[in-house]
Amino acid sequence: MINDMLSYLGDAANWTGTAGIPARLGEHLWYSFLAVLAASIIAVPLGVFIGHTGVGKVILVSASNVLRALPSLGIMTLLVLLMGVGLLPPVIALVLIAVPPILAGVYAGVANVEPAVVDAARAIGMKDSRIILQVELPLALPLILGGLRGAILQVIATATIAAYVNLGGLGRYIFDGLALYDYGQVLVGAVLVTALALVLDGLLALLARVLSPDRRLVSR
Amino acid sequence: MTKMKLPLFAALSMVAGSLVLAGCSNPTAATPSEDGASSSTVTVSSANFPESEIIGNLYAEALKSNGYTVETKFNIGSREAYIPALADGSIDLIPDYTGNLLLFIDPSADVSTPAAILSALPKALESKSLSMLTAAEAEDKDAVVVTRATAEKWKLTSIADLAAHNDEVVMAGPPEFKERAVGLPGLEKNYGFVPSKFEPISDGGGPATVKALLDGKVTAANIFTTSTAIPANDLVVLEDPKNNFPAQQVVPVAAAGKLDDGAQKAIDAISAKLSTSELIKLNEQVSGDAKVEPQQAAITWLTDQGLLSK
Repeated sequence: MINDMLSYLGDAANWTGTAGIPARLGEHLWYSFLAVLAASIIAVPLGVFIGHTGVGKVILVSASNVLRALPSLGIMTLLVLLMGVGLLPPVIALVLIAVPPILAGVYAGVANVEPAVVDAARAIGMKDSRIILQVELPLALPLILGGLRGAILQVIATATIAAYVNLGGLGRYIFDGLALYDYGQVLVGAVLVTALALVLDGLLALLARVLSPDRRLVSR
Repeated sequence: MTKMKLPLFAALSMVAGSLVLAGCSNPTAATPSEDGASSSTVTVSSANFPESEIIGNLYAEALKSNGYTVETKFNIGSREAYIPALADGSIDLIPDYTGNLLLFIDPSADVSTPAAILSALPKALESKSLSMLTAAEAEDKDAVVVTRATAEKWKLTSIADLAAHNDEVVMAGPPEFKERAVGLPGLEKNYGFVPSKFEPISDGGGPATVKALLDGKVTAANIFTTSTAIPANDLVVLEDPKNNFPAQQVVPVAAAGKLDDGAQKAIDAISAKLSTSELIKLNEQVSGDAKVEPQQAAITWLTDQGLLSK
């Protein structure tokens, strides 16, 4: 099986064209990017609102726990039956798993800013919008990035399901390999997804270090 | 560093997960059981999809009503798992499909006609210490299916007619359809049919594939002949005059010498009445909106056919 994988990876023909490894990697990243972007657009404002005002904390916790429990492949299949095959069903399924970690990160980051700091900002005449943008968000950045990092990893790992329907991505190797009892190819998919996840996680860790206003908060 | 652990763990468990998945279909991974069943007990089994479980239930209920002690082990997996299980005695009887079973045992077998399969199969099974009973007329085989509208627009009756529209046809099917000899390579060889694009959908001709066909996202799809979606959506099964898809009649397979005459008779009586349309009806009850339990559907059918001795 390992040999099959190595010979697959060693074959130059598998590195070119629309079914080649770079193309599949690109597709995988594209689906993941769309999902994380959409999830951020939903989760960041919501998390800021709840963290800043404290309204709806209970609903947030229960709702995001419910979202975490949803099986992505099942959701995607259901969406395919409702909407037909296409890019939307897998991306929506991925958005659903990306929202909880981002929401939790943003909410926790904003809610945990020292009240004294917020009070001080208010005392020097800052309005709520400025407090959020210039005080709370910068201080919350490490936790926000942590949530984003978790979301990206989960999405990268789960984006393989897109290949269950007619899309590409690294899951193509896994589904095609399983269908043909070609476990070398399955392993190619698994190893590439793993490698992609590790590389991205490393890059995000670096990014968190560079962007963080206080390094001690990031490297705990 | 606690942050690093979770993603790393997630990544590692993905690899582990894929290895487990891969292991599932590995014949050597099947646990060999001690000779569990005594000769008076018949262990009836099925492959891991609803139709097989329904037919398994037909066998089990018929044997029960004929006074046999029946143990059931349904959904045990694919051919890679259950053929060794039959040979080592962990199960005694399972429904299978003639063409694929023959090709599984002898990949170079002649499967060009239904008769060739039926004449070669007993001998092939004997080499594995297995035996077959009479095959049913019911056939669950691959087919190229189009909507009624497409069939009428292009005047399609056989797969060969589809070849005239190669450039316009997008075909859906499970990923293996693209590579297997009986899939696209066979359709090209036999009929010159080469779709402009192939859309892999991994639900084995299930609801997502049917939806893509009905939505017009694809023009043709690889769907099984016993799919309830065919009558439900008035789909047209294109004829396959050159037998590109090998015949797949339902056939009971048993470990050699496991079933006595009475048991064989009871199973043969089922096969004699099981036609493709009857099988579609059974599938409809279990997989359709009614959601009847396979066992209940089996009992009802056997009663209707007068096969349950009371």
